[in-house]
Amino acid sequence: MSFWRDPIVFLINWAKGLLDGIGWGPGWATTVGFVIGAFVLAAGAMFFVVFLIWYERKLIGRFQDRFGPNRLGPFGLFQPLADMLKIFTKELITPVGVDWVAYNLAPVLSVSAVLMMWAVTPFSKTFFGVNISVGILFLIAIGGLGELGILLAGWGSNNKYALVGALRAIAQLISYEVPFVLSALVPVMLSGSMSLVDIVEAQQPWYIVVAPAAAFIFFIASVAETGRAPFDLAEAESEIVAGYNVEYSGLKFGMFFVGEFLHAFTASFIFVTVFLGGWRGPFADEIPVLGLAYFFIKTFIVYFALILFRGTNPRFRIDQMMDLNWKVLTPLALVVIMAVALVNSLFASSADWLRIGALLAVNLVIVFAAERLVRRGVKTTRPEVGSRQRPVASPDNVFIQPGSGVKG
Amino acid sequence: MSGLQVVFLIVAIVTLFSGLMVVASRKMMHSALWLILSLLGVAILFGTLQAGFFAIVQILVYIGAISILIIFTLMLTRRVMDDDHPGVIKGWWLPALMAVILFGLLAGFMATWDNFQAMLNELPANPENLAGFGAALVDPAGYVIPFEVASVLLLAALVGAIYIAAERKEKAG
Repeated sequence: MSFWRDPIVFLINWAKGLLDGIGWGPGWATTVGFVIGAFVLAAGAMFFVVFLIWYERKLIGRFQDRFGPNRLGPFGLFQPLADMLKIFTKELITPVGVDWVAYNLAPVLSVSAVLMMWAVTPFSKTFFGVNISVGILFLIAIGGLGELGILLAGWGSNNKYALVGALRAIAQLISYEVPFVLSALVPVMLSGSMSLVDIVEAQQPWYIVVAPAAAFIFFIASVAETGRAPFDLAEAESEIVAGYNVEYSGLKFGMFFVGEFLHAFTASFIFVTVFLGGWRGPFADEIPVLGLAYFFIKTFIVYFALILFRGTNPRFRIDQMMDLNWKVLTPLALVVIMAVALVNSLFASSADWLRIGALLAVNLVIVFAAERLVRRGVKTTRPEVGSRQRPVASPDNVFIQPGSGVKG
Repeated sequence: MSGLQVVFLIVAIVTLFSGLMVVASRKMMHSALWLILSLLGVAILFGTLQAGFFAIVQILVYIGAISILIIFTLMLTRRVMDDDHPGVIKGWWLPALMAVILFGLLAGFMATWDNFQAMLNELPANPENLAGFGAALVDPAGYVIPFEVASVLLLAALVGAIYIAAERKEKAG
């Protein structure tokens, strides 16, 4: 196997050979390999967050007619590094009356729960942590650990705002787990496996083509699971200050922050894995490193959509959020499961294109019908407030600094 | 002693200790957290028995759902979270005695089983185990009746919960 085709597996094999060479058995070499791999992946993910924060701030700035960070480094790239250093040097305050174990365990749990999802995701044909046969269930179970972290934070902080925020967050996460699990069942049915590696292997064509309705539900439910706008009721500043993390300072708050950003990115690559074919693309079978590139390109496209979602939608009220879940997404997911199972077995013996076409048609009909049902009796015309003519950030802006990376 | 046995011993000790702490903690919330640790220990035991599916389901159902539900109910009933009442009730020895007797009976029955001292058998590492389990659940010769009964029970609980929680319109007059 040449280096350029698959550098990561090449490096792993080289390291294993090295350990074998100095007399460690293959069992020990594998164990050490897993430990190093876990450490590298976790540390890499944490450093990656620095870039994600810049990406998100820059994009949201653009969506809102601002520049975003643009002072430090090219295009403001070093801004998150400065913020990171600042947060490292802040004082760690432990408020009076906190439950010590719960208070300190919560930030660790909320980051590690997200990082554990990286262990089962196939990044390319040959590069993945482990291939467990219940991969999708593992993702959902690990999500439960993250909920536990939020609950511990809310209860352990000995603060009523934190407690209310945690209860809100848990109510939301538990509710949205239902359509999440139900829509994840559709790829499991289509591929006949719960392992993420097998689901990616089976995606010819991508499942977003075969079951767009399920993909739609899955995407919305995973946005809700990350707890970001428009589903950020848990940290509604105007109502409960900052929610479950209000008593945290310095690096402990930073952990929650990193956990949230990482969760958003992780949610988008799980969507890519389950519905957008993961590493699949032209020549990805022969040259696995291309698969890695495809995987990250797709993930960044989905992440872009997620940020667009966040930057442009106002926050839901709690009753609207629950209505969307229990009255729209959950029944829709149940109908989609029934329909996909039925159509898939009816067309099991016919040609592939016929089966896929039938599944696509059924999905589109369901989404269309659901849309009509939901819209019934809704007032769709709203009076327009203000004018459409509004000032935009134009090149003749007097506040542009020379050398800020923005062409003026 | 193999590595797996060491893991088993550590996990068993942690599980039993946290089980004990569930009833011994002064604060209800701490009991709930110890319960979670205990359930996690059971999940790891499933994992060491090569039953990955059950390990994950244990985490999913017991930690992700049931413990969270327990903590939720604890938080909604603020009074029981105070720790100013004695941790030991009168007549505590009766349940303790019952637990010891039950444990003795179960252990005695287990000891009469032929394979009581058998070592762990390596299972073939293929996902067919899981498929076989799924097929057995819906097989008329397998466990279809218990499966359906459990489903109906859960459905009844669901309907009951909705009935209790539903807002009934008061009749006028």
